[in-house]
Amino acid sequence: MAANLPTQSQVQGGAGVTEPGIAHDEHAHHDEHHEQSFLQKYIFSTDHKVIAKQFLITGILWAIIGGTLSSLFRLQLGWPESTFEWLSPFLGKWIEAGKLNPEFYLALVTMHGTIMVFFVLTAGLSGTFSNFLIPLQIGARDMASGFMNMLSYWFFFLSSVVMFASLFIETGPAAAGWTIYPPLSALPQAIPGSGAGQTLWLVSMALFIVSQLLGGVNYITTVINLRTQGMSMSKLPLTIWAFFLTAILGLLSFPVLFSAALLLIFDRSFGTSFFLSDIYIAGQALPNTGGSPILFQHLFWFLGHPEVYIVIMPAMGMVSEILATNARKPIFGYRAMIGSLLGISLLSFIVWAHHMFVTGMNPFLGSVFMFLTLIIAVPSAVKTFNWLATLWRGNIRFTTAMLFSIGFVSLFIAGGLTGIVLGNAALDIQMHNTYFVVAHFHLVMGSSAFFGLWAGVYHWFPKMFGRMMDEKLGYVHFWLTFLGVYLVFLPMHYVGIAGFPRRYYAWTGFDTFSQFADLNKFISAAAIIAFFAQFVFIFNFFYSIFRGRRATENPWNSTTLEWTTPVVPGHGNWPGAIPAVHRWPYDYSKPGAAEDFIPQHVPYSQTQSSNLPYEKEME
Amino acid sequence: MHPSEALNTKQPATGIHPLRFVLVLMMVSIFMIFAAYTSAYIVRRNEGNWLEFDLPFGFLVTTLILAASSVSVQWAWFAARKDELNQVRTALIVTTVLGTAFLVGQWQMWAQLVGQRIFFAGTDANPSGSFLYVLTGVHAFHLITGLIFLLIVLRKSFNYQVHSRQMLSIGNVTIYWHYLGALWLYLYLFLLLNH
Repeated sequence: MAANLPTQSQVQGGAGVTEPGIAHDEHAHHDEHHEQSFLQKYIFSTDHKVIAKQFLITGILWAIIGGTLSSLFRLQLGWPESTFEWLSPFLGKWIEAGKLNPEFYLALVTMHGTIMVFFVLTAGLSGTFSNFLIPLQIGARDMASGFMNMLSYWFFFLSSVVMFASLFIETGPAAAGWTIYPPLSALPQAIPGSGAGQTLWLVSMALFIVSQLLGGVNYITTVINLRTQGMSMSKLPLTIWAFFLTAILGLLSFPVLFSAALLLIFDRSFGTSFFLSDIYIAGQALPNTGGSPILFQHLFWFLGHPEVYIVIMPAMGMVSEILATNARKPIFGYRAMIGSLLGISLLSFIVWAHHMFVTGMNPFLGSVFMFLTLIIAVPSAVKTFNWLATLWRGNIRFTTAMLFSIGFVSLFIAGGLTGIVLGNAALDIQMHNTYFVVAHFHLVMGSSAFFGLWAGVYHWFPKMFGRMMDEKLGYVHFWLTFLGVYLVFLPMHYVGIAGFPRRYYAWTGFDTFSQFADLNKFISAAAIIAFFAQFVFIFNFFYSIFRGRRATENPWNSTTLEWTTPVVPGHGNWPGAIPAVHRWPYDYSKPGAAEDFIPQHVPYSQTQSSNLPYEKEME
Repeated sequence: MHPSEALNTKQPATGIHPLRFVLVLMMVSIFMIFAAYTSAYIVRRNEGNWLEFDLPFGFLVTTLILAASSVSVQWAWFAARKDELNQVRTALIVTTVLGTAFLVGQWQMWAQLVGQRIFFAGTDANPSGSFLYVLTGVHAFHLITGLIFLLIVLRKSFNYQVHSRQMLSIGNVTIYWHYLGALWLYLYLFLLLNH
């Protein structure tokens, strides 16, 4: 028995080995400054703030690529009769005799969707702000596992490399749409894009899912386990609630996408028939029998619908925070905001088949999904009214972040209203394959989430880089983008209602649609101008990192914990002990208070003039 | 008040070690994969053109082997609590061997299924067979990750890093291994009821 017991030195040696990457809260080793090499500090960093910046900059690069692709296919849609010989130095063999290759047009649309939804608005948005804000706003030294967090970025990087490489292969990138419905995506002989491009797409997405899961479990664990003293769930900033629920959605839905992708890989490369049945290509019957392509759609949209909330909820959280800060008012209905986030999260899992009304599903089942879908209007409306009520009679400061947040609310309303239209099966069946759907989701999810992303960058840039972004360039960026987005997507509603079909390479063969030639030109011009306006932002962003006006610790007079850190927080975030939290995060313009904001870490004993009767007991 | 004056007596809110929490979350996401496959199985089966066949009897044997390995991993945990380090090592080795035996058994079942002309892919394959291979194959993949985890903890036990005051890793591997066993039990019962 005694022989089994470890010796003293071994116990110490064993106990001294800490689990890799677990954030520690002992104060002892935080004031020590240990030199890190460039590689450790900027490349293979386990610091959540560096990882956040890595996600942000990779996301910006992807956004430029995704935007370029959309400009290319908007050229084709706006000027279908023109020749694009001038693009051939750039696109090479995809320009044939001055015409854009139709197969490549499909690839452009597919890659635009994939890049924007997954690489920019999922990884770029959640990856940046969940990483940056969760530890800073809940009062933690770092993520629960810095090592896993680092892996999360590098899986994303690897996935990015594979997806980027697929743009340059001979048969072109995946071209079956970002939803990769089989049989089109499953059969290499169907279109060139379903060959190697689709294989790389699937490999890249598998890596991406691993990255999302590694990041997601970290976010959830950190929020649950590492909150500072006094930071109860009912004192969390709404940003954290949003990131937390977003991570839960990802944890539950991405594995299902993985399941579907794996079956698709088996169908493509191993000869199974999960999704394939009774197919003839070029007069040849394929041997596959017994598969169900609709099954893929069910599996895909079980991820796909929560995915749109994974995209929008972080933006909602950040906008709530920025609106309250810059209206100098508490967020209206804090608990209702949390409740509506919970409601949206729950409902997001039981509405997926509203993407499939045109698959010939049983109309009764369609009615059930229609009913559940329309219920989402309730929590969404709660949020919208609360944002408006927060602005109402506020002492509004029009910072750039505030403009983008108000823009977010505007776009979310404009896009959300058409969601009520499309949620009805009877109307959706009519409009499903028109530009009305394109206009709807680009406003409510694409542009809104982008506005949330920009608002977040402008608002937290001082904490990220210790400098301010330029306000005037910010205004230029905002107005060009805001007007651009509406000028692109409002006309799309109109052509959509008129029946103009989406996914078409050219509509010139149909006389019916020739009357929309001018509008299409208009949309394309607006889209391309709005795209170029983004370079104002990109210049502002990179210029301000190095040359921006120096920031103070708390430039927006905000209440949350990240603003109690030094101008540029170092490793471990707070040089001393982590502040404890005494109050909710929205004490703005409290009657009787000395200043118009009271940070979360100020105890009630120091604010006796403004305490409410029930708060007096906590002095 | 300067932030550094604030108290910092923070404890993890749940009393669960963050790494264990991470493990639980990962188990949830693994379950979602199988929830997707088993619901896809039911949906697909109800569409007809579904080849019915008997599950090989041997699956019962592999199930019992995996159940036995759950017992032995629990034995390792109890032994670690009592600082019986030799027993910990023995029990972990037994668990690893039983886990490997389970995988070999599953492989045998695949061979037997092919003998019955139940194929994963190809012109003679029916989705009912393909699904069986996917369910067992994806489970086997996760069992391999469990075996790797067992070997890591076994190595730690030889370095005296597993004992009554360091129960985190052995606790985690015990939870994960029981989970893989329960997952297999779910899949086996599911296949028995729905094949």
